[in-house]
Amino acid sequence: MLDDFLIRATLAGVGVGLGASLLGCFVVWRRMAYFGDATAHAAILGVALSLGFALPVPGGVLVVALIMALTITALSRRGQAMDTVLGVLAHAALAFGLMAVAFLPGARLNLESYLFGDILSVSKSDLALVWGGTALLTVWLAWRWQALLTATLNPDLAAASGIDPEREQLGLTLALALVVALSIKVVGALLITALLIIPAAAARPFARTPEAMLGLAALVAVISALGGLRLAWVLDTPAGPSIVTCAVMLFALGQIAARLRR
Amino acid sequence: MSLITARGLTAGFGGQQVLQGVDLALEPGEIVTIVGPNGSGKSTLLRVLAGALSPSGGTLTRAPGLRIGYVPQKLHIDPTLPMTVTRFLNLPHRAKPEAIARAMARTGVADSLAKRQMADLSGGQFQRVLLARALLQEPHILMLDEATQGLDQPASAAFYQLIDEIRHEIGCAVLMISHELHVVMSASDRVICLNGHICCQGTPEVVSSAPEYRALFGAGTQGALALYRHQHDHDHDESCGHDHGDGLDKGHGHTHGHPHVHGPDHGTPTDPAPRHAAQGRS
Repeated sequence: MLDDFLIRATLAGVGVGLGASLLGCFVVWRRMAYFGDATAHAAILGVALSLGFALPVPGGVLVVALIMALTITALSRRGQAMDTVLGVLAHAALAFGLMAVAFLPGARLNLESYLFGDILSVSKSDLALVWGGTALLTVWLAWRWQALLTATLNPDLAAASGIDPEREQLGLTLALALVVALSIKVVGALLITALLIIPAAAARPFARTPEAMLGLAALVAVISALGGLRLAWVLDTPAGPSIVTCAVMLFALGQIAARLRR
Repeated sequence: MSLITARGLTAGFGGQQVLQGVDLALEPGEIVTIVGPNGSGKSTLLRVLAGALSPSGGTLTRAPGLRIGYVPQKLHIDPTLPMTVTRFLNLPHRAKPEAIARAMARTGVADSLAKRQMADLSGGQFQRVLLARALLQEPHILMLDEATQGLDQPASAAFYQLIDEIRHEIGCAVLMISHELHVVMSASDRVICLNGHICCQGTPEVVSSAPEYRALFGAGTQGALALYRHQHDHDHDESCGHDHGDGLDKGHGHTHGHPHVHGPDHGTPTDPAPRHAAQGRS
């Protein structure tokens, strides 16, 4: 069954969508959208370095994304203006990455697949990585759920109950780097943030509890993955952007429905 | 043994010292109120004692297994985060539905609010829900940072009445920050006057024996001023560096930024309080 490239693509899209949408709720609640963007852009640099040193791409992306995320966290604690720091780092990583790729004669042709994803070329080992990573993320979320939620609500409230809010934030940073590493093949570096933010944003008007929002966001992500692949097949468009387009349409429909219901 | 003991505590943020040399011990079951002018480090001290901010110096010792029920000054819930009252009361630990119902009943949160979004509550309802959540921690100590901010006089009086009742019921200590004189004087076992360091502390009885205090009693939110007067009467300490508000200290440098303005008709020691009180922070 896994020999069919369309089935592999579908499974990869659903797996990445689930992982990204679950973590995406925290990205939305904690206003980390640009943080996610900067981390995702760093992935291009990770791709270039991996190809340059003949290392596995997901590993290289994970490491560079993690370094980026930790750098941002450290700078933000020193009281730098977050907006500016993120703007500088995100584009620095992207520009360095694009230049580094230009030095690699073979990789130049592949650049588009790392910027916009190449879901139709997903291999069995890519699939194992996506689902392994998503499973790991889900287990971690379930384990830290109450602590993460309290720390997101108010760090002081969490600290007074013996929860270390900085430790929970570090966990989220690691998780973000992981999701970036998993997603780059499916939607590409430029659209990873969309996969994080849009399902959560689409779910918000219909959720009354954080758990409901997570569940609805996951549902939106799965529908978008299936619908987006179908759209790409029918219209012969790139798969990653088609998945994001589907999610955006669900978001828009949700906003209209929420208005009408009121 | 003391619940929390601080020795020579120093704290601040962004390279700026807010607290220096704070020695403090909190005993089981007592109600302690911290008063002081704006910027005196009241909230910083409470956050350090609650564990939300690491002290930059000194030692902080907590009784093993100490449970703190913390009620922050304000709690902003991001509009993207859906949160019902019941869900909020289940943080950070899941509580039994009976325990939640009890905590809501005890703090006067109507059953009908259980499924309401936190963002839709009124100020008074929100504070009561915060208190209910703190109670569900089964705290050894309740910490409240100006918990009645934004409430009108009867509502805030009722809130402090409730705190006192709860203290007697569950035997917890209470540490709170307040600007309200009647609360400081009637509901505290001990009052701590803070201005970067502890200027003075003592029982409200000591404080209320001061004639200036009597003149001030009931004059709204001038609690901090009343304490400065008391300190002046009993134990004058120049290094304390706060404004005694008696009109005789114009010579020695008001560099500490009290929220306090001297008018041209400034009071004299024999004409102390009410007019002065009216000029103070509002």
